Amino acid sequence: MDVELLSRLQFAITIAFHYIYPPLSIGIGVLLVIMEGLFLKTKNPVYEKLTRFWVKIFALIFAVGVATGIVMEFEFGTNWATYSRYVGDIFGSALAAEGIFAFFLESGFLAILVFGWNKVGPRVHFLSTIMVSLGSMLSAVWIVVANSWQQTPAGYHIVGEGLSARAEVTNFWDMIFNPSSVDRLLHVLSGAWLAGAFFVLSVSAFYLIKKRHIELSQKAIKIALTLAVFASLFQLFTGDRSAIGVSDNQPAKLAAYEAHFDSLAPAPMYLFGWVDENKQEVKFSVAIPKLLSILISGDPNYKVKGLNYFKPEDRPPVNIVFQSYHFMVAIGFTLITISLLGILFWWRKSLFKKKWYLYILVFSVLLPQIANQLGWISAEVGRQPWIVYGLLRTSEALSKVVEADQVLFSIILFMIIYLLLFVLFIYLLNEKIKAGPEEIDKSSMVYGHQKHVIGSG
Amino acid sequence: MEFTLDLNTIWFILIGVLLAGYAILDGFDLGVGAFYLLVKDDRDRRVILNSIGPVWDGNEVWLVTGGGALFAAFPDVYATVFSGFYTAFMFLLFVLIFRAVAIEFRSKQQMKWWRKWWDVSFSVSSILIAFLMGVALGNIITGIPLGADKEFAGSFFDLLNPYSILVGVTTVALFIMHGTIYATMKTEGDLQNKIRTWVNNSIIFFVMMYAVLTTTTLIYYPHMSEHFIGEPFLYVVALLNMLAIANIPREIHHGKDFFAFLSSGFSILTLFVLFAIGIFPNIVISNPSPEYSLTIYNAASSQGTLNTMLIIAAIGVPFVLAYTFTIYWVFRGKVKIDNTSY
Repeated sequence: MDVELLSRLQFAITIAFHYIYPPLSIGIGVLLVIMEGLFLKTKNPVYEKLTRFWVKIFALIFAVGVATGIVMEFEFGTNWATYSRYVGDIFGSALAAEGIFAFFLESGFLAILVFGWNKVGPRVHFLSTIMVSLGSMLSAVWIVVANSWQQTPAGYHIVGEGLSARAEVTNFWDMIFNPSSVDRLLHVLSGAWLAGAFFVLSVSAFYLIKKRHIELSQKAIKIALTLAVFASLFQLFTGDRSAIGVSDNQPAKLAAYEAHFDSLAPAPMYLFGWVDENKQEVKFSVAIPKLLSILISGDPNYKVKGLNYFKPEDRPPVNIVFQSYHFMVAIGFTLITISLLGILFWWRKSLFKKKWYLYILVFSVLLPQIANQLGWISAEVGRQPWIVYGLLRTSEALSKVVEADQVLFSIILFMIIYLLLFVLFIYLLNEKIKAGPEEIDKSSMVYGHQKHVIGSG
Repeated sequence: MEFTLDLNTIWFILIGVLLAGYAILDGFDLGVGAFYLLVKDDRDRRVILNSIGPVWDGNEVWLVTGGGALFAAFPDVYATVFSGFYTAFMFLLFVLIFRAVAIEFRSKQQMKWWRKWWDVSFSVSSILIAFLMGVALGNIITGIPLGADKEFAGSFFDLLNPYSILVGVTTVALFIMHGTIYATMKTEGDLQNKIRTWVNNSIIFFVMMYAVLTTTTLIYYPHMSEHFIGEPFLYVVALLNMLAIANIPREIHHGKDFFAFLSSGFSILTLFVLFAIGIFPNIVISNPSPEYSLTIYNAASSQGTLNTMLIIAAIGVPFVLAYTFTIYWVFRGKVKIDNTSY
């Protein structure tokens, strides 16, 4: 295999594995703020117990997220040195800003969130919870801005020629608010909220089925279901906005999403199918006539550019983009259905009696995770063959001095440790869930610092 | 070399501050890891582990942000160094993850083999991280082969030269000293008395390595001391560095552990300043063909970006310092094991 394929494989593996965790942190972070806020408001100890339980799970997820994130910070330099030289002026600033504004905030207050229960008062603790949640979302802001600039570059000019060419910022705010930043950020954030909400729903539904921690789990389900309904509907809105943005800014990607080879007016929208890229046709497909034209422009006769409009060397792979995109959309609608069904049962006061529904919740934890991964696959593979859309090709972005066997060696190294990490993560998560929320030992609840305790400890 | 405080120089200093901050903060938790296996009792090990518990991952953020800032301000350095040192960096990332995993998972199970395995992993990876960081710094001092295209033109084994290994071992010694002093502050009773004796040994170990390294550098890499000639002001830094190191055993002798820790932190800072003065205005020295060296000018981002980044730093850094002080203040004092501990 060549360096390009291996480097792409390595990036795909490391980012996909990393991306299991940050969305969970963002989603659970929001829920922690709500849970602890309810505790401070109602003084009901059930909410405190609930918060403490989820803080423990949050800490485990966060730790794996940090450990796998360090790799990402340096991988641009190790495997994509030419890319790094080309975009350093822009992409580097976003990464540095993420470190300064988000990582320090998160990691600092995380210490109080996890270890500070007995060291600070309830209000300061709540403040820390808010800060950690804010930090995790700020981190998403900067990284999505950086990625969006790769999709829809703006606020830059190219300096130098040939090998020494690079992009330099001309307008910082145009660079930050490039055409796709806001839509994609909201799409990523609501995907993360869904990941957190369905994780909490899954564990709580499991407890209800096992008839354990009933009061606590019912409260958790109500909180998480509220977020799930909001986020899943919001996701429909942001997804629609993102697709319209793609049609304006990256028409070749949209054509791959929908596997349109010829430019069509009106353009239909496929519900599913299998793309034969050589024969340029979609087999076993069901399509709704005119729908794509209507969704994009409101005009049923709007002409959507097909892949053949673009030079062969500028077209992304089609089938993988088509499949990942369509599966993502299908999961999105499934999540809306599950959430609305939950609200209906809640309203009818039968939510906790429907065992089949609780079983669906237990397993639905996987859906947002899969959808988040698929979303990134369609976004990133759909951007190919460009690493920076229209400016720099992926094949030209590699490190010149790195050889295939070095990359292969590093892939093996990461596969070993990620596999180990994943097994341990699942094992410990399972242990924590089996143990369940702990009774709070009020005798250790001494606020302020203990200075002169000798012999204990 | 004419010295002007332009944006490029400011960023050279700022990245130096981030990396020095990293060395001072993560330095003590790596050092704690390095001597960790000498602590035998399981409860004592938990005390040691929890002394760095709430802070170690915040400390690593200094490295991550330093990396991000390097990417933003000097993209060519970021690209050349990380792709050139590919295998070494992959190995470093591997041990960094491994260490994080070990800290996180060690106390989650009671089984003896489980804890032993993670204890050894934690300690070995701490030593390796310190060593590899030192080796990287050593290679910056010796210089590495670069081409006209700014790309690394050597091999993995060029990086493991005797001088760089010497810097690596010295870094380990420095962090062990720093870590034992930190652990003295955070412990009490028998455990503290035991660690106190290790502080003395680790000071001796470090001072020996420091003397050998300084002599070697002066003899074989005279470019590191060129800027000091005719600049008595810079010589003061070297003097302060020696005074700070000499002050450590004095404070320890008087039982002022906190001041010993400050001294130790200050000596790391001044060592870093000496290193930065030595390489300035280069960031990566090319050897042979010094004309291909990456400097703060030929490897930098545009003036516009350096300026924007400076605004970002001016807004962000005060917050960062505020969080850092808050966290260390909240978790000050001796370690207590409770149900939130590792």
